[in-house]
Amino acid sequence: MTRVALFVPLLLFVVLSIVLLLGLDKNPQELPSALIGDPFPEFFLPALDDSQRVVSREDFKGQVLLVNVWATWCFACRIEHPMLNKLAEQGVVIVGLNYKDQRAEANVWLDKRGNPYQFNIFDAEGSLGIDLGVYGAPETYLVDAQGYIQHRRVGVVDEAIWDEEFKPLYEQLIGESR
Amino acid sequence: MLLSSQLLASSEIVEFSDESLRGRYQQLIQELRCPKCQNQNLADSNAPISQDLRAQVQSLLEEGMSDRQIKDYLKARYSDFILYRPEVNKTTWLLWAAPVLFMFIGAWVAFSLYRQKNRPKGMVNTNAEALAETESKGYGDTAIAMTDQRRLEQLLTDGEEQQ
Repeated sequence: MTRVALFVPLLLFVVLSIVLLLGLDKNPQELPSALIGDPFPEFFLPALDDSQRVVSREDFKGQVLLVNVWATWCFACRIEHPMLNKLAEQGVVIVGLNYKDQRAEANVWLDKRGNPYQFNIFDAEGSLGIDLGVYGAPETYLVDAQGYIQHRRVGVVDEAIWDEEFKPLYEQLIGESR
Repeated sequence: MLLSSQLLASSEIVEFSDESLRGRYQQLIQELRCPKCQNQNLADSNAPISQDLRAQVQSLLEEGMSDRQIKDYLKARYSDFILYRPEVNKTTWLLWAAPVLFMFIGAWVAFSLYRQKNRPKGMVNTNAEALAETESKGYGDTAIAMTDQRRLEQLLTDGEEQQ
């Protein structure tokens, strides 16, 4: 009995080490996504290019699409932008959520860097941002034809992340929507 | 820390239609976590998202939502992460149970150590009694040898039992 008890501290140490080792792989900046499998929140906001036009979920028109949260103050969005242009060229429908930005600057940005977006939601107050649980830009949501959020990426979507996280699911959803 | 966060929060002018909401507002922003800055609550954080969420908490209070409803509202959007005091559910039960669990483990360890320590002491006592007894009967040196012998035997049998 006592001999076995001698190994208890060692055993505890091993267990603790394994737990901590597994923890190393996790990214504490990444929040669990609360909205996966939920409908995209309802919104009625002005369009970026036309302050008189109100856009809403209706404008998704039952398409499988990406919603990309971006802003001119967001440095990482600069890095991400060419990838979005490329995806748009490939025929991926992308809706922009211009998040807490200046309208004029945002339009200049699109003129200069190209516009991969079908349309842009102008969310100056970040109200749709709060409904989506946005806590930084860029963020990208994959929305299915029924308007449900299927995937979320916080941070830049690059080639590798697209291929790994989005593409298989995107193609599956496109297949189902046909 | 508590003081500094209250100073920080109060440096921002927050107007309420009903002053009784202020206490609840302070309490809520202490307990809600900034989603961007990991280890700060909404009261402490100057991040833009925290300012937005403070404003949101304020307007939800004005709308007449209960504390519970406000927390659920934010939880639905930002997940459990937003709550500094996590709810008991299937991912957090261990977290909540751990202190009690560790207390029991500690008590068990302390108790077994205590028992182990006291056992040989008890033996010494009985030996001392035996010694006193034999000495009083005038056996002298041989008596000491006898008690030593008895103790040796006892240790040996104890050792066998333990194995």
